[in-house]
Amino acid sequence: MEKTFNIILTGVGGQGIITLLSLINEAALIEGNQVRSSELHGLSQRGGSVEAHVRFGKEVFSPMVANGQADLIIATEATEGLREVARAGKQTKLLVNDYFLAFSDQISKDGVIAKLKNFKNELFLVPASQVCKDKLQNEIVCTVYLLGYASNKGILPLKKQSLWQAIKNIVPEKYQELNINALNLGYVD
Amino acid sequence: MKTKKILLGNEAIIKGALASGVSFVSGYPGCPSVEIGDEFGKIAKQYGVYAEWSTNEKTGLEASIGASFSGLRSLVNMKSFGINVASDSLLPLVYTGVKAGMVIVVADDPSCWSSAQSEQNSRAYAYLSHVPMLEPADPQECYDFTKLAYEISEEYKLPIILRTTTRVNHQKMPVEFDEVREFSAQGGPASGWKKGNFIKNPHQFSTMPPRVMEMKKELLEKIAKLKNAQFAQLNKVIKGKENKVGIITSGVSYLHIKEALQEMGLNLPILKLGFFYPLSEKQIKNFIKGFKKVLVVEELEGFLEKEILAIAKDINAKLEVFGKNVLPEIGELNSEKVAKAIAKVAGIKFTEFKFKPIDLPRRTARLCEGCPYWQVFPVLKRIAPEGTIFGGDIGCNMIGALPPHSMYDYLFDMGASLGISHGISKSTGQKIISIMGDATFFHSGMPALVNAVYNKSSPLFIILDNRITAMTGHQTNPGVGKTLMNDDSPELRVEEVAKACGVKNIKVLDQINVKEFEDTVKEFLEKDEISLIVCKRVCALWARRQAKK
Repeated sequence: MEKTFNIILTGVGGQGIITLLSLINEAALIEGNQVRSSELHGLSQRGGSVEAHVRFGKEVFSPMVANGQADLIIATEATEGLREVARAGKQTKLLVNDYFLAFSDQISKDGVIAKLKNFKNELFLVPASQVCKDKLQNEIVCTVYLLGYASNKGILPLKKQSLWQAIKNIVPEKYQELNINALNLGYVD
Repeated sequence: MKTKKILLGNEAIIKGALASGVSFVSGYPGCPSVEIGDEFGKIAKQYGVYAEWSTNEKTGLEASIGASFSGLRSLVNMKSFGINVASDSLLPLVYTGVKAGMVIVVADDPSCWSSAQSEQNSRAYAYLSHVPMLEPADPQECYDFTKLAYEISEEYKLPIILRTTTRVNHQKMPVEFDEVREFSAQGGPASGWKKGNFIKNPHQFSTMPPRVMEMKKELLEKIAKLKNAQFAQLNKVIKGKENKVGIITSGVSYLHIKEALQEMGLNLPILKLGFFYPLSEKQIKNFIKGFKKVLVVEELEGFLEKEILAIAKDINAKLEVFGKNVLPEIGELNSEKVAKAIAKVAGIKFTEFKFKPIDLPRRTARLCEGCPYWQVFPVLKRIAPEGTIFGGDIGCNMIGALPPHSMYDYLFDMGASLGISHGISKSTGQKIISIMGDATFFHSGMPALVNAVYNKSSPLFIILDNRITAMTGHQTNPGVGKTLMNDDSPELRVEEVAKACGVKNIKVLDQINVKEFEDTVKEFLEKDEISLIVCKRVCALWARRQAKK
C-alpha cells in the first residue's frame, strides 16, 4: 500500500484484541507491507479498556496511530467503540461489534448504540459475537468474524486469502478450523 | 541463516540473546518485560539455557553475576522498579566488571500503563552507577542492540543495560534475525544447560577497600574509552535537506519524530543516539555545531537535554536548545506531541487535532469472574471496626484500590504495605490490616515481617495466597512448588516461614468459609502483637486455564 493504513483496535481485556492485532499484522506482511503495531499488556488486560494500534503501508514509522488519523476503528465491544470515537477523524470508519459488556449503571446498551449512531462517521454495527455464538458456539472468534466482514466490505484493505494464510501461520493448529469458519462467516453476512 | 518474522520487542531481545550464546537467564516478572522470562521458561531446555524466575530482582541480578563470574553469558530481565531492588548489587558489579557478557533489560513504562508506583525514568541509574546503557527504538533494534550489547560487554568487561519502554517492548514489526540451532544440534546433551567454570580471582570479584578505589579508577577509564569509541550502528545521523533545526533523540521517540516530519512534509536532520551512557560528546559536538536551534526529543525527564546544553557551551555558545520547554515531562510521547514541538521550534503553523473525550465512566481493571479476592475485600470492609486502616500491595490485590472496593489507605511498592503498616502501628496503635499477595511476600514482604516481629508492632497481616504470580500472567514463585523451567521445587509455605520468623498468631484458611474468616479477623484484630491470616485459594483464571490444558 502506498499510503499507510491506520487501525485502532479496542475492546475489553480478555476479548482477544492481541490475537486480532497479530492476524492483521501477519496478513499485512503477507501482502508485502511494512508493518508496525503497539499493544498493551498487564494491568490493562484485567477486564479494563484495551486499545491497540496497527499500521501498515509502504513506509511506517511510529507504532501508534495519531489522533484523528485512523482509517478504521474496530471495536469488539460497543462502549469501548464509542469511547474511541473521540480519536476518529472524518474519514474514520467504525466497525463495532453489537455487543455490550456492562460495568456501570450510568450507561445502557441502547444509550451507547444511540450515541454511536449520532456520529457522522460511517458505522458498521455487526452482531459478531451473536453470530459466532449461534453458529460456532464460540464468542471469542468474533474478532476473526469482524476481520472477514471488514475485508468483504472493503473497509480493510487486506485480501481474504491473506487473512486465511495469517490464520494458518499464527493460530495453533487445533483452533485453525474454528477461526477459518469465523472468517468465512464474516464474508457471508 | 537469516529469518524474517513479526516479533514483539521482547521476543526480539530473546532472539538477540540466543544469537549471542546466552546460557543463563534470571529476573523477576513485571510488565512490560515479563514475556522475556516467560518465553525462556518454554524454550530454555531446547537451547541449552538455564532460566529462572528469581525471588526478586536483586537475587535475579546476583544469580546472573554468579553465572558471569563462572564464564556464562547471562541475561537479566525486569521492569523499571526492579532496578531499584537490584541496584544494591548493580553498583559493585559495575566496579568489579563482568567476566562473560551480561545484558540487563530494564523496561520502563512511561504513562504508567501497567505501573502503579511512579513514572520512573531508569536512565538515571546510568549516572548513579556508571553502567553503560543502550536505548533501542523498535524490535529490530532490540535484536541488533542486544547482540551488540554482548559484544561491548565482553570487550569492556562491563554489564550493559538495555533500557526499553512499553512502546518498544510491546511493539511488533518484521524483524530480521539469525535462527539459532537447538542445543542437541550444537553437540549439547538432550537436556540440561551449558556449564561454566568458576576460576578464583578475588582481585576482580571482591570489592574491599583499598582495592575498591582502584576499581573505581578502572571503571572510569573504561567509561572514558567507551565514550570515544565509535558505534556506527548505535549512534547515527540521518541527514536532512533543511538546516533550520537539528533534532537529537533516543529510543522510541525517534519513530515519532520520523512520523511527524513525514506528516509535516519536513526534512530535518536527526542525531539518533542508541548509546545513552556514556554519551558520545564528539558525535554530539559534530552534529550541533552547524545549527542555530536544536530540539531534544526524549520521554520523561530531560537528561539528554541537560548534557547537550553543557556540551553546547564549549562548541556553539549561541545555540538555542529546546526540549522540556516544548515537550511534556509527564507521560509518553507520540507523533502529535512531537509535531507540535517541532512546529513551535521551527516557527511553523500546526493544527492540533481537537480531542473531545466522550462522556463515559472509566472501565478500570477489575477482579476476574470467580476471583478468590471477591471473598476477601467485601468481608473485610464489612466486619473491620470503623477507622481500621488498610494497606495494599502490588499484584492483583492492587485492584482492591479501585471501585467498587476502594479500600486501601496506602499503596506503594512490592512488600511495602507491611513495612508501612508496622510504622503506623508503632506510631499510633490504631488497628491496621495489611494485605499482600503470595509472590510479593517472597519478593520483599519477608524482611518487613521480620521487622514487625522484631520491633513488636501489631498489624493484622493477610496474605492472599492464590498459588501463583497472577497479575503478570501466572508465573511460578517459591510457594508454587515449580520453577520457571517447570521442574519440581520445594513448596515454601507462607505460614511456616512466618512461624519461623516468630509470628505466634497464624491461621491458614479458605476464605470461602466466610464464618471462619470473619471470626479469625475479629479475633486477630484484638491481638497486641502481629498476626497472620493466609487466605489460600487458587487464582480462578489460572485454574480455568489449567483445566483447559
